Amino acid sequence: MWPLGFAVRWLVKAVMVVLAITVLNFVLVRLSPGDPAVVMAGEAGAGDAQFLEQVRKDFQLDQPLAIQLLTYVKKVVTLDLGRSYRSRRAVADMLFERLPATLLLTGAAYLFALIIGPLLGALAAMRAHTVMDSALMVAALVFYATPIFWVGLILILFFSVNLGWLPAFGMYSMIQVKGVWAQTADVLKHLALPAVTLGLFYVAVYVRLTRASMLETANLEYVKTARAKGLPEWRVATAHILRTALIPIITFAGLQAGHLVGGAIVVETVFAWPGIGRLAFDALFQRDYNVLLGVFLLSALMVVFFNMLTDIAVRIADPRVGGRA
Amino acid sequence: MRLLTRMGANRGALAGGVVLAIIFVMAIFAPLIVPIDPMATVATPLVAPGEQFAFGTDMLGRDVLAGIVHGARVSLLIGLLSTAVAVLIGVTIGAVAGYFGDWVDEVLVRVTEFFQTIPSFIFAILLVAIMTPGLGSIVISIAIVTWPPIARLARSEFLSLRHREFVEAAVLSGVRPLRIIVGEVLPNAASPLIVMSSLMIATAILTESALSFLGLGDPNRISWGYMIGAARTVFRQAWWLSVFPGLAIILTVLAINLVGEGLNDALNPHLKGRSSGDK
Repeated sequence: MWPLGFAVRWLVKAVMVVLAITVLNFVLVRLSPGDPAVVMAGEAGAGDAQFLEQVRKDFQLDQPLAIQLLTYVKKVVTLDLGRSYRSRRAVADMLFERLPATLLLTGAAYLFALIIGPLLGALAAMRAHTVMDSALMVAALVFYATPIFWVGLILILFFSVNLGWLPAFGMYSMIQVKGVWAQTADVLKHLALPAVTLGLFYVAVYVRLTRASMLETANLEYVKTARAKGLPEWRVATAHILRTALIPIITFAGLQAGHLVGGAIVVETVFAWPGIGRLAFDALFQRDYNVLLGVFLLSALMVVFFNMLTDIAVRIADPRVGGRA
Repeated sequence: MRLLTRMGANRGALAGGVVLAIIFVMAIFAPLIVPIDPMATVATPLVAPGEQFAFGTDMLGRDVLAGIVHGARVSLLIGLLSTAVAVLIGVTIGAVAGYFGDWVDEVLVRVTEFFQTIPSFIFAILLVAIMTPGLGSIVISIAIVTWPPIARLARSEFLSLRHREFVEAAVLSGVRPLRIIVGEVLPNAASPLIVMSSLMIATAILTESALSFLGLGDPNRISWGYMIGAARTVFRQAWWLSVFPGLAIILTVLAINLVGEGLNDALNPHLKGRSSGDK
């Protein structure tokens, strides 16, 4: 592995994405019908002449397009994402405040899917063409077809309303609990349902992928060699088949990162999870475009971050990749 | 016909096909099957499912069954239209990149990669919000966020077909590029593209349901996602408001996925069983 070259490559990638998204945001606001100042100001545009004037000045809307774009890019690069018209607070501050909650949720869902999915997939592959295999594949097929928000609602109905086991809303209990451990436990309890909701779709994807990939790998020469050496079947399955079969799964997981961040918006809305997804949902209804554009930019950066993690994971799973770089 | 028999041999695809046919009939003849306006108040609010209303009524006293039957129209329409637009964009970009190669390819591949990195659902939300919610804006948004995989597939197909003899022969005999792309290469690249597009319809329906759930649906048309989203505040008391539309979405998406996989096995027999999971 070449840590420095690796870091530089991903840094360049992140900068490129920020620039591209910034330009895209600019174009989007431009393409929308009507006065861009009104679009940027959202609902307030109708009545608040003073705020409109502020927006015009902030974005230099009286200047030629190229200068406007340059101003906009300059602002974004210096982390000035404008102000929310609602709260009049800096969008960047609002985003950073909400980021940890979203990272916790998406991270937990990602881990959950990447552990449970391949595990069940491996189980299905080892018991291929049995009842267990069929049951797992049918379950995967159904979850693959289920809207994420619906899974959330049903889990709430079942685990919160009927059984009363887990909380359905927010990140903390109303009455604050004392002590670090008790607080951690409290957050984890609140995290359980949203993380499982967000993760289940990907569990379904990885179960199918792992099974297919393992069945394909199972007939390769080196696996036959391992068997011929007299290794126990579970060793062959885990150390030889699964490790190789995992590589396409991790790669695919990286590709899906963007999808995961998008799913977080829906899940945070269902569970009132105080992350950037929930922020985006509120902004949507207040037509607070500055906030929405900020969420878009930040989530694109999160995708780059998840892609980087994936790249590291592939290097760990497949030693050949690191050696070649 | 051979295609149909081969698909018929696949039990999953057969079941999916039957379900899908029923949903299509439901969508086309919705006003005849349930002659009730799904947006109209017809009874007291929140009547539980029973004799009078098989699926109950919602918080405004609207018939849930009417909503499910009429909602099939929006789901299928948006699924089909947005996939058609996405395929048009994707195949055009992929074909041009794969056929002309060189710097054209380089540029188009970069653009496609960029569109694949950006979080598609948030992008779709932004697009719908800025264009104002409606059937057209939803279709365009879904198409804009879903074309890249089609473009990549079309490009790789075109790339591998570009230097085959029948294409070179057409180039040498002076046929114009557009005619070669549409008349010679495209028909030979069609089957994997058809499989992928059929699976994309399912994804598009899921995306539409999520957009409508968030309140970004067409305000004048009932849709399954909208029904679930609108009932969110009362779903603890009235389970039927979220359960039935949800089952409708699952059944439709599942049926399309089964048919798509059946198509894959029938059109690309050498790839049998490898369709699972890739989008």
